[in-house]
Amino acid sequence: MTLLTGAQIFVESLYKEGVEIIFGYPGGKVIPIYDVLYDSKFKHIMPHHEQGGIHAADGYARSTGKVGVCLTTSGPGATNLVTGLATAYMDSVPIVAFTGQVPRAMLGTDAFQEADITGITTPITKHNYLVQDVKDLSRIIKEAFHIAKTGRPGPVLIDIPKDVLQEEAEFVYPNKINLPGYKPNYEGHELQIKEAAKAINESKNPVIYSGGGVIISEASDELRELAKKANIPVTTTLTGLGAFNERDELSLGMLGMHGTTEANLAISNADLLIAIGSRFDDRVTGKLDTFAKDAKIIHIDIDPAEVGKRKLVDIPIVGDVKRILTILNKVVEEKDRSEWLALIDNWRKLDEVSQVRKDKKKLSPKEIIEAIDELTQGEALITTEVGQHQMWAAQFYKYTKPRSFMTSGGLGTMGYGFPAAVGVQVGNKDSVVFALAGDGSFQMNVQELATVAKNKLPLNIVIFNNGYLGMVRQWQEMFYDRRYSSVCLKMQESCPPGCSSPGDHCPVTTPDFVKLAEAYGIKAKRITKAEEIRPALEEAINSPHPYLLDFIIEEEENVFPMVPPGGSLDNMVLKEEA
Amino acid sequence: MKHTVSVLVANEAGVLARIASLFSRRGFNIESLSVGKTDNDEISRITLVVEGSDRVLEQLTKQLNKLIVVHKISDLTKESVVSRGLALIKVKATATTRSEIMQIVDIFRGKIVDVASDSIMVEITGNEDKITAIEELLRPFGIKELVRTGKIAMARGKK
Ligand SMILES: Cc1ncc(C[n+]2csc(CCOP(=O)(O)OP(=O)(O)O)c2C)c(N)n1
Repeated sequence: MTLLTGAQIFVESLYKEGVEIIFGYPGGKVIPIYDVLYDSKFKHIMPHHEQGGIHAADGYARSTGKVGVCLTTSGPGATNLVTGLATAYMDSVPIVAFTGQVPRAMLGTDAFQEADITGITTPITKHNYLVQDVKDLSRIIKEAFHIAKTGRPGPVLIDIPKDVLQEEAEFVYPNKINLPGYKPNYEGHELQIKEAAKAINESKNPVIYSGGGVIISEASDELRELAKKANIPVTTTLTGLGAFNERDELSLGMLGMHGTTEANLAISNADLLIAIGSRFDDRVTGKLDTFAKDAKIIHIDIDPAEVGKRKLVDIPIVGDVKRILTILNKVVEEKDRSEWLALIDNWRKLDEVSQVRKDKKKLSPKEIIEAIDELTQGEALITTEVGQHQMWAAQFYKYTKPRSFMTSGGLGTMGYGFPAAVGVQVGNKDSVVFALAGDGSFQMNVQELATVAKNKLPLNIVIFNNGYLGMVRQWQEMFYDRRYSSVCLKMQESCPPGCSSPGDHCPVTTPDFVKLAEAYGIKAKRITKAEEIRPALEEAINSPHPYLLDFIIEEEENVFPMVPPGGSLDNMVLKEEA
Repeated sequence: MKHTVSVLVANEAGVLARIASLFSRRGFNIESLSVGKTDNDEISRITLVVEGSDRVLEQLTKQLNKLIVVHKISDLTKESVVSRGLALIKVKATATTRSEIMQIVDIFRGKIVDVASDSIMVEITGNEDKITAIEELLRPFGIKELVRTGKIAMARGKK
């Protein structure tokens, strides 16, 4: 009988799970693992902050559909994962996070670099483990991967005391899983599916409201079939973008607070809402009472806890979206809905109003994103931070395929997108990857420039530089009487009171992103003129190296349409008040 | 409305914290909670009493069900159940009040489990109302200390 150490069992178990890449950062409690990794076949990507590491694992998982794996030391390494776990938890991303822990005998003694990480992360993980015996390690790893990727996916954390990593046990990788308390339901109730088909067949003005669950369940083809066969327009949530080709005439784009006019009006006027893998988030529904107020609601979701959570539904179907749609597609009837579609076409024209910009000298974010869209034909893999640029990226890029838009939808995590792009590029070597960022968000994990440089990742980093925490500024402009409190990124004590125009004359407090990138050995360019947009983008896309483009955009550009917080979807603000 | 919920869970470290944190996250006050092993060493039973509407309870049940450690949940509120709690009450007693206290305990089929020069300790089992009733009757004598367990409950008959 050959005995392996816990650290060796860790590595062997990960081989068994087919893991190829680990995003990890070393430290005292995981040195035993790093010692084994020294001779292992894994690609190991070291971020420059553990938060960057877990966001990278998240981007890797969202873009490839595989489980993302990250590894940190105990205490501070482990607590640096918290934001990344919460981000992945909210958007149902499969991640297995490993943390080192103090030796068992020291547990609970406030030992050096001890944190109760299973206690801390219980509400933000699908499940977590503290390994108490090396003999349990391989079973726990097997269970963790199973839990992370099945049912409604999510992050799972495994905390391993250092002495468990050093102790020895026989390595047996279990081939069965015994989790009596965990039985996701995939099937979907046949009768309910029939009910749903009947409702669809009888409806005149149906709308599909499709969420991230469609992407997770790999059900894009089935979604297209349903929409095409029954002629139903499709709107998606932020995390659902790409599930339905936005170049298709049935696409309504995104719905919700910054959704398109046609999507929001279609929902408000629908007689049937088919919610698929979506969870009625408050940013989507606006005022709940008026959301789809005249519609019968069908809700298809793998997580029974989402059904009826925020809105009562008429026909709930719990199960795997792909399986359910496959059955549903057989029983829905082909139907002409040209009147309904014509009505929607009229609303589309309203949308154009909101996207006409004032004639300004500075660059318009719309132009930049449309240029990226044209140059990449909706084929790029795009990540964003959180803020106005995130909404512009959702509105102006026309996503054509699932797993091409990676953004923190549920938690709204600034600092997510850039490190996530690292994971996306690592997992999709040959794809064109764009990390779109605001000048505020980019500074939240800017240290990952080192990771990009070191691994020679040909990322295209695009900064929408407006000198502001733009989205907060927009709210202050619209709802707080333009009192721009702590949103100007260039503000200093010497600034004149009431100034609301950060510009070239300001003292340097935001870093010069071009110089910053160059300091890491990354090519960079600042773009200030409209005619430079395209050439700069082309150069970045064609370059085999990482490239940072700093676009100086209009400072006070706003995101429209907008449903004011708590308002009804059919009460959008379409454009700037004169 | 008050709900009595019975939850079968894996008998592992940290399980109670998982359940309790789920309640606290939603601002729920757990009125009573009791935990113990079942006849199966690997499974414990938690009995919870919480206040909330049916809709809220349905959400909670669904959220509880999502926990990997939870095997089964039953809402016993509308079932025919046997429910019990236990209380130990240390009540002041003097030579003159001692027999009166003993009479009350007797009527409630409680037990005297300890006697000291100036106090008596009473053990009482029963449903909540019964325990509350004896508590009220003993209060005038002076309750020095009181401890009540959470409620435990089980559906009658076949279930
Ligand atoms: C970690 C974190 N902190 C704070 C916020 C609140 N917040 C939402 S949007 C935003 C402004 C983002 O500014 P920037 O990154 O410059 O993007 P812009 O809106 O200008 O495009 C802030 C501060 C957040 N979402 N995440």
